[in-house]
Amino acid sequence: MQVKTPDRATAEPPVRTDPQHRRPRALLWHSRTLQGLAYATPTAVFVAVLFVLPLLLVGQMSLHDWPLLAGDQGSNAPENYTDVSDSTLFWPAVRFTLLYTGIVTVVLLGLALLLALLVQESRPGAGFFRTVYFLPGALGLASASLLFWGMYSPTTGPLSRTLEKLGLVDDPVSFLGTPTSALLSTVFLVVWKFAGFYMLILLVGLQRIPHELYEAARMDGASRGQIFRSITLPLLRPSLALSLLLCVTGSLLAFDQFFVLTKGGPDNSTVTVVQLIYREAFQRLNLGTAAALSILVLAALLLLNALQFRGLRHADES
Amino acid sequence: MRTRVLGQTPYYVVAGGLAVIFLFPLLWNTWASVSAQPGTAQESGYGLGNYRTLLDYDAGLWRYLLNSTVVSALTVALTVGVSLLGGYAFARFRFPGKNLLFLLTLAILMVPYATLLIPLYVLLGRLHLQNSLVGLSLVLAMFQLPFATFMMRISFEAVPRELEESALVDGCGTAGALRRVLLPAVRPGLITVGLFAFLAAWNDFIAPLILISDSEKAPLPLAVANLRQQSMGAVDYGATEAGVVVLAVPCLLVFLLLQRHYVRGFMSGALKG
Repeated sequence: MQVKTPDRATAEPPVRTDPQHRRPRALLWHSRTLQGLAYATPTAVFVAVLFVLPLLLVGQMSLHDWPLLAGDQGSNAPENYTDVSDSTLFWPAVRFTLLYTGIVTVVLLGLALLLALLVQESRPGAGFFRTVYFLPGALGLASASLLFWGMYSPTTGPLSRTLEKLGLVDDPVSFLGTPTSALLSTVFLVVWKFAGFYMLILLVGLQRIPHELYEAARMDGASRGQIFRSITLPLLRPSLALSLLLCVTGSLLAFDQFFVLTKGGPDNSTVTVVQLIYREAFQRLNLGTAAALSILVLAALLLLNALQFRGLRHADES
Repeated sequence: MRTRVLGQTPYYVVAGGLAVIFLFPLLWNTWASVSAQPGTAQESGYGLGNYRTLLDYDAGLWRYLLNSTVVSALTVALTVGVSLLGGYAFARFRFPGKNLLFLLTLAILMVPYATLLIPLYVLLGRLHLQNSLVGLSLVLAMFQLPFATFMMRISFEAVPRELEESALVDGCGTAGALRRVLLPAVRPGLITVGLFAFLAAWNDFIAPLILISDSEKAPLPLAVANLRQQSMGAVDYGATEAGVVVLAVPCLLVFLLLQRHYVRGFMSGALKG
């Protein structure tokens, strides 16, 4: 989306002035301007009270001693931040969150691309497949996690029982029992839930590629693999970049799936950073350290987004 | 005709196999919720025992359904109302601070959910909106605003200006033009915004987990998640499965009915916000 700068600004002398301030007052408060302000007021109130104010408050909280029950106890900076980085759970949580993000991103986007390629074809049934692949996306993440919590049950879940009946395993399988299996089981759930969502984003990108390009390539005798590598993938890059951004951001902020499925276990092996925020605030009852963690997460995300944008722009230029 | 990745039979084997994997958990859960399992209310045969457990659990299923319905309806109404007016303002008017406000609205997307929920917990307490369904709805609507405002702005921008101007010439004020002429023209965008807001509000978990402390006021996802820890450590899988069905059915129905409008959200590029 473009930010419109008033045309007049370009004709002004190098002194920076906002052209709006130099207009006659009567014109500035022209009824149409007032009406525009009036229509924008609800948005402005929402953004100011529920977004800007909390953002300032969380900054302040991160510098104050702020127990959940007693409230603000005044400044203790930078104790909350040092407490966070000294916590034994902090670095393992960071490492685990990064590991989870890496695995989910690769598997999810790979599968989503396959699904998008499958449903873009003009075959009978392609529309049905598109709906079916997306269906889990309509569920909430918490609902999906509760569903898989039942699926993964060693006693009543269908997976363990099927494996036993097939003779592949002797004892009930505990899908959430070891750190590795808990991680992989959660990845499977997340891929199942979100693959259709990213499929839709990539599908939109695929449909924007002009037909003529494919036809020209085929006339030139290009193979399917060549067409995919030199037409589909490069022209799909904007959609892939958007998917990457959404997927990485979403995974770094993972909470529901681990809260419901593993509760961070076994042995705190699947505690994500956002779960740590929740624990600090509502189990250790310390809003100050929770706020400090929140600020760190915000800073990390902003940095990551800036890097991704720069990387993308760099790639566009080359 | 697009490129074909696979031949006829391999295509249907791969696509069909994947369809089975995607459908199986939904089908299994529905079946399991009405079939016999030890340790549940449905010890033998098929029946609705698990749903009866859910009806009697704590404040009762109807209470939780009502909470979820209230939160979803309020969130949809707030999101649709605010973004309708805001989209109109951003698309058709010039006023001081316009670009700053639009950028700030989109910036909500850049800030993690959890980063805002901790201060919102304190802030809503000061406004006496903590532990309140209204407070929760306000927060959920705020998180919807970037997508909704962007969607409505481009919906209004797609309407020819002449349409609005002829209404203004005919003596309608801008409010009249909005109600009589523009509203029908941007209705598809509004439906998309409302649909996304409904799915987000109905399904949200972490916001009520943090902002709602009274189990009487829990929305359904929170109630079903709490239900698992009932009855002395023994886990009631059956009631959980029934809860998932109750949670999923409205989402699936709404999605299947309004699929066209859902896909528009992706086509518009609004997700690129």
